[in-house]
Amino acid sequence: MYKYDEIDQQLVDERVAQYRDQTRRFLAGELSEEEFRPLRLQNGLYIQRHAPMLRIAVPYGMLSSKQLHKLADIAERYDRSYGHFSTRQNMQLNWPKLEQIPDILAELATVEMHAIQTSGNCIRNITTDQFAGIAPDEVVDPRAMAEVIRQWSTFHPEFALLPRKFKIAVSGTKQDRAVVQMHDIGMEFYLDGANKVAIKVWVGGGLGRTPILGSVINEHLEWQHALTYCEAIVRVYNLHGRRDNSYKARIKILVKALGIDEFRKQVDAEWSHLKNTPNTITEDELARVAQHFAAMPYENLPVNHSDFEAEVTNNTAFAAWVKRCVHAHKQSGYRAVTLSLKPHGKAPGDASSDQMHVVADLATQYSFGELRVSHEQNLILADVQLGDLFAVWQKARAHGLATPNIGLLTDIICCPGGDFCSLANAKSIPIAEAIQMQFDNLDYLHDIGELELNISGCMNACGHHHVGHIGILGVDKDGSEWYQVSIGGKQGNDASLSSVIGPSFAAEEMPGVVQRLIDVYIDQRTPEELFIDTVRRLGLAPFKAHVYAAKETEASHV
Amino acid sequence: MSNLIYQNAIATDDWTLVELPKVEKVVRMQAGKVVQFHLTGENTISADQISNTVIPPNGLVLLPMSVYIARKASLENRVAKQEVGIWLATHERLETLIEVEPDLNRFPLIAVFVERFADGRIFSLGNLLRTRYGYNNTLRAFGDVLRDQLYFLKRSGFDSYLIRADRNAQEALTSLNDFTHPYQGAVDEKLPVWRRVSRK
Repeated sequence: MYKYDEIDQQLVDERVAQYRDQTRRFLAGELSEEEFRPLRLQNGLYIQRHAPMLRIAVPYGMLSSKQLHKLADIAERYDRSYGHFSTRQNMQLNWPKLEQIPDILAELATVEMHAIQTSGNCIRNITTDQFAGIAPDEVVDPRAMAEVIRQWSTFHPEFALLPRKFKIAVSGTKQDRAVVQMHDIGMEFYLDGANKVAIKVWVGGGLGRTPILGSVINEHLEWQHALTYCEAIVRVYNLHGRRDNSYKARIKILVKALGIDEFRKQVDAEWSHLKNTPNTITEDELARVAQHFAAMPYENLPVNHSDFEAEVTNNTAFAAWVKRCVHAHKQSGYRAVTLSLKPHGKAPGDASSDQMHVVADLATQYSFGELRVSHEQNLILADVQLGDLFAVWQKARAHGLATPNIGLLTDIICCPGGDFCSLANAKSIPIAEAIQMQFDNLDYLHDIGELELNISGCMNACGHHHVGHIGILGVDKDGSEWYQVSIGGKQGNDASLSSVIGPSFAAEEMPGVVQRLIDVYIDQRTPEELFIDTVRRLGLAPFKAHVYAAKETEASHV
Repeated sequence: MSNLIYQNAIATDDWTLVELPKVEKVVRMQAGKVVQFHLTGENTISADQISNTVIPPNGLVLLPMSVYIARKASLENRVAKQEVGIWLATHERLETLIEVEPDLNRFPLIAVFVERFADGRIFSLGNLLRTRYGYNNTLRAFGDVLRDQLYFLKRSGFDSYLIRADRNAQEALTSLNDFTHPYQGAVDEKLPVWRRVSRK
């Protein structure tokens, strides 16, 4: 993974000093709340319901063992000994003290980490596929470009105060796993007819209050121009995006208002001036960064491993885990492993300091000292030998990190919700926990098959509810918490946004509602259909009918 | 003490800021308006305001862009004497000025007014003035200008900053140099770091 040189290190060190002084001025009354707000937000510090929340950047989801140990230590020393991994592949602390943030940043800087631009109206963390560099279906490893874009966007002077937050995702696979279409800018790297790396660029996607999938603005952009082209897009947005209403300030609203053709015209006009300016990426620079992402020193291993196969045959629990949590690898004899942060009945995406230490040790011992955070809020060991999987499983299981539910209903994407977040209309974690307990039977869970259930506590959609096969949105009605259910959303190349099935439900109804959706699917599915396929084939009607019929029956008994 | 910074030091302000007369009519929120503007064609500044703007007869005057454009003919002499500077607000379109005055270097000073700290359009305007329209003279930021914008303003081509009256400009000076090696090329340092130094 990328290692800092003295320039990178100096920049984060100077950032610590800058933020320490900003905090000092705020505490001394030299900065008002309102003036400090954009400054602390650009450093990932929210003022939340109970305490500030600090979001620490994990660029494109990559961590070293050393960094994860440090995160565990920080959570222990400055917080309540746990952290929350977010859908932007970052880590959040829920209970730090405002006065201690500069010290936390100084600690982070010692392991080449920071909280720069993890919030605020600026270019946020660049996200990508958690299997980048190792996926068998990968065409281009997007991580070097992600790092080049990260550096370019860090303290970009022209784009320091945009109308609203700005998110960029990159991917380099045929099967998109970085949900590029729901980002402000999405980039898919591919090899063009001349076998050169090119980029397909989407713009104006996003969830939130007005969910919109991105539009293609450029089918074929040469990689050298990635930064100058982004500059053209973000400049048009910076100048013309709405600043009078934060709900209409994302680039998606501008793209929609102008139409993609007019927007493209304006971007091309800007780009005609920016193309080939010095921010054009050179072969040398890309090569310099790419060497940090060179293939691991893999051993030459056979495709099969007899001990592993015997363990799968003899141990059904291990076999279930392998089926759900172990993923294909482009290197013979290696696999990627997802360590589930979704044990049933616990807050999705949370990891204790102890668990972080365990995962860091596993990475050191079995996966070249590196790991990744997925946007589904799990941790990934990317390079594990087949023969080590059983040992990894045993150790992970002993620490509650081996729930075999990856890609299944209980692998819920969930925001912190009303328990922590001051923006939320409703709690989300207790709903996730109740649903997980409703589907706690693993055989049944596996029979239901792959299903993505996403929960957001408000329309800001941090839990990506619009692209869940089942999406749950917390809403506020007359001061009490209700939940709106939608189905039919999907991420990936054939992404779609979900549709609301009808009036919302009370919290205690939610496990039953999900159960009834599943009942319809089990009843109606063809042998090869996943839940999403059945929804797409049948539409909302049968699901809606069954869910609300049950509700009416209950009502008539009252 | 002056709250004006020019380049890296406190400076005295020799310019008289000329403002449009205030009008009672509440102007509809126009932030982000360029798009709205084009679509609706509405104007926020009335002809009356422009004609009623009082321009001091002598000395260096910093005029609203709209006033200069409308009353250009009567100002030619003073422009020739280098007595006229132009200011615009972040929502105004530079192109309207370029259409009537392609040579911006006839103005010794151009200033951009930023009403709120969070309005980052000022950075794009600075960049465009320097890189697109070839403006080489003093470029000033004024309005809600606080020390934590300075580094970005400097990198976007500004070299003059009128710090908000209730803040200390002397203290703000240090923030011009918050970072030693910026990653990306911008207006002040055109080259990205990888073209400036050898990185391994």
